[in-house]
Amino acid sequence: MKYIYDLHKTMLTKNLILVYEGEFTQEITKSVLAMAERNMDSFGEESGIKRKVFNVMVECLQNICKHSESFNVEVYGKNNAIFMIGKQEDEYFITSGNAILAENVDSMAEKLTNINKLDKDGLKSLYKEIIRNGSLSEKGGAGLGFVDMARKSGKKLVFDFEPINQELAFFSLKTTIPRI
Amino acid sequence: MNILNLEGTEDTPKILLDKQNKVFELSGRSLPEDSAEFFQPVLDWLEQYKDNPNDDTPFLFKLEYFNTASSKLILDILSKLEEVEGANVVWFFHEDDEDMEEAGEEFSELVDVPFDFKTY
Repeated sequence: MKYIYDLHKTMLTKNLILVYEGEFTQEITKSVLAMAERNMDSFGEESGIKRKVFNVMVECLQNICKHSESFNVEVYGKNNAIFMIGKQEDEYFITSGNAILAENVDSMAEKLTNINKLDKDGLKSLYKEIIRNGSLSEKGGAGLGFVDMARKSGKKLVFDFEPINQELAFFSLKTTIPRI
Repeated sequence: MNILNLEGTEDTPKILLDKQNKVFELSGRSLPEDSAEFFQPVLDWLEQYKDNPNDDTPFLFKLEYFNTASSKLILDILSKLEEVEGANVVWFFHEDDEDMEEAGEEFSELVDVPFDFKTY
């Protein structure tokens, strides 16, 4: 039973205010959003910061709903992933981890690296270019999620890929929202 | 012409399109699971309306939040408004919501429809 205490301590030392592990659906997305909102309201977070955190959470959660692969659908359910929010004195961080197809790692890394090279105006131009010329994907995504997260954050997106097996890789993403 | 009236929910906006009473409004939060499906009735309504519109059509956007998939559909709605003679957009944003103000400005640069900005 010690893992319960360990997990609790980890959450406290890492300043995690919300952790969800499991299947991701639109219903779960709404529940997680409502919980995070209530949490931020409970200590009177400033509305501008709250909006940015909400915004990044939505893109992050809906990315998982649309793109996450499952290690094993029968055991873990569809779109199995982890989602966390942390709160420190000076910033929030929104973190997600989910399996993706290994064949998509290179293109995703390239996309994120390019986004990280852009400043505020560069991101704005990229956003306008994609929204003007792009169409919704089969899964209903606009291809704007990462760009929007980077814009709302104002910081670099931190990401990593860990191999799981031949077909799958684990994609971790961290977005920071400054509180000042 | 029929009225399009959808109650808002926690993830979809309130929509009221009423030619006779001159109300054209989209408000609330927009993060539907399938934004293309959700907004299709609005596009269909405007497609029909543009053939016989009112003298002026002030279209109110009073959004608290929208996700990126919705932003693509908002652009589709605005593009449809380009085809409506006498249409203009009234873009509302909360007075401390710079992101929503900027989003409106960006949309106004992407389409050829007059925009008015108002705070609430």
